[in-house]
Amino acid sequence: MNYERLLNPILSEIKPSGIRKFFDIAVEMEDVISLSVGEPDFSTPWHIRQEGIQTLEKGRTWYSPNAGLLALREAIAAYVSRHNGVDYEPKTEVLVTVGGSEAIDLAFRALLRPGDEVLIPEPSFVCYDPLTRMAGGVPVPLETCQEDAFRLTADTVRAAITPRTKLLVLPYPNNPTGAIMCREDLEAIADVLRGTDIMVLSDEIYSELTYGRKHVSIASLPGMQERTLLISGFSKAFAMTGWRLGYACGPAPVMRLLIKLHQFGIMCAPTTAQYAAIEALKNGDADVRAMRDEYNIRRRFIVDGFNELGLTCFEPEGAFYVFPCIKSTGMDSETFCHRLLQEQRVAVVPGDAFGACGEGYVRVSYCYSLKHITEALQRIRTFLKENGLCK
Amino acid sequence: MDTLLHLLDTNARLSTKQMAIMADMTEQQVEAHLAKLEKDGVVRGYKALIDWDRTDREYVTAIIDLQIAPTKDRGFDGVAELIMQFDEVESVSLMSGGYDLSVTITGRSFRDVAMFVAKRLSPLDGVLSTATHFVLKKYKERGVLFTDGEKDERGQL
Repeated sequence: MNYERLLNPILSEIKPSGIRKFFDIAVEMEDVISLSVGEPDFSTPWHIRQEGIQTLEKGRTWYSPNAGLLALREAIAAYVSRHNGVDYEPKTEVLVTVGGSEAIDLAFRALLRPGDEVLIPEPSFVCYDPLTRMAGGVPVPLETCQEDAFRLTADTVRAAITPRTKLLVLPYPNNPTGAIMCREDLEAIADVLRGTDIMVLSDEIYSELTYGRKHVSIASLPGMQERTLLISGFSKAFAMTGWRLGYACGPAPVMRLLIKLHQFGIMCAPTTAQYAAIEALKNGDADVRAMRDEYNIRRRFIVDGFNELGLTCFEPEGAFYVFPCIKSTGMDSETFCHRLLQEQRVAVVPGDAFGACGEGYVRVSYCYSLKHITEALQRIRTFLKENGLCK
Repeated sequence: MDTLLHLLDTNARLSTKQMAIMADMTEQQVEAHLAKLEKDGVVRGYKALIDWDRTDREYVTAIIDLQIAPTKDRGFDGVAELIMQFDEVESVSLMSGGYDLSVTITGRSFRDVAMFVAKRLSPLDGVLSTATHFVLKKYKERGVLFTDGEKDERGQL
């Protein structure tokens, strides 16, 4: 077999995820304290799990409608309306997907023509660039920086727009920086986009996890709902990563294509997970609040911990990551992470895994108990001390 | 819930500084608030959760259900206040249901505990009956697992 000729060169040339790479090394080692995973340490709240179990007991093990159980789509529409103040028609404007990731993939494939440009703020989650390429699009990275609190500015967007620009990805609250966008920031960007044919892919998977300020969806701004695909899911807020369930809401003409593609490629999202998700949306607000309060306690603790170590930490207002700057150590992100893992067995993810401008930072997750975080900070202190980088 | 109480309930060894950071307060505010909680009797003490089974201490714990004849003036309080004086008694609670007081006792041996019940508790005025249940294994106490927790399977291949 000539596999060279067999394989799709676009995919072959895409680098593997920089998050995965570190997991793989860490898994092989003993006594590793990891601060690297991007999923809650909480189990799915029991009443939600129970709903899944009960539907299995009743034998509801069939395919659901392609776009998802109507009851779930209705619950999603009600939830999005309650939380974001945007109304969607459940039958034509809501699609249940296999995680938010599937929705992102569908959006690129449904919208992009060869050569279309996709504006992608960086640092950001690793999937946008490769999925854009696979859909024939051209990723255009938009740098964000610590001075702007890792927010995307309207000037940056304006400067990047060309006649080929098709989509703007808006990944806030942001993985890996923890940055959020406030209403004013979004207003300024909306001003740039209104009157264009550019769509926004607003990835709001962390929208329930903001600390202090409430999340604002760009879809809720005047004139924006018609040009926004709102993508979210159950993984982060409801601690349901393994259930694989997300959703997309958007204008019917766009959703029609997403649903068509989903129908051919996926059929439907897991039915058991869909039943559980209805329960999550209807009765899960208190669980989300309790988990958010817990994350917030850890967030304050870990931000203070890094600042004290001299690895200055921008104050993240969302998601469950901190993004400390490690430039003061003189190491690049990759070296820092490798040595920290080898010398003290602490796993964190290099910032450049999330885009070139993440160089000089590391992503640290606080989806861990305070005890675990305390131990990790202690080891990082030892690491810095032994390298003469901290008192 | 009060954030400081929540933090202390999770880990009473946190320093004032750590609590201040986590609760978004100043250290002075934390100290003042704790002083008030102690003064008001909300916080009654700070103790470690010890799994004695992992030490060489010889001990046995029993939970004793007591049926009590309440008195006209003091109800169940009189007997309860008498029982709580014993050093061997770890906890005393008034219960709903089939009996009245639940008493936790720790002694060195089964015999110790049995004799304590026979000699100290049963003869008390107002005690109608006792039922002694020995603790065989502790799985969880005050929200903390006493068994080895599950391995963190996140991030695996």
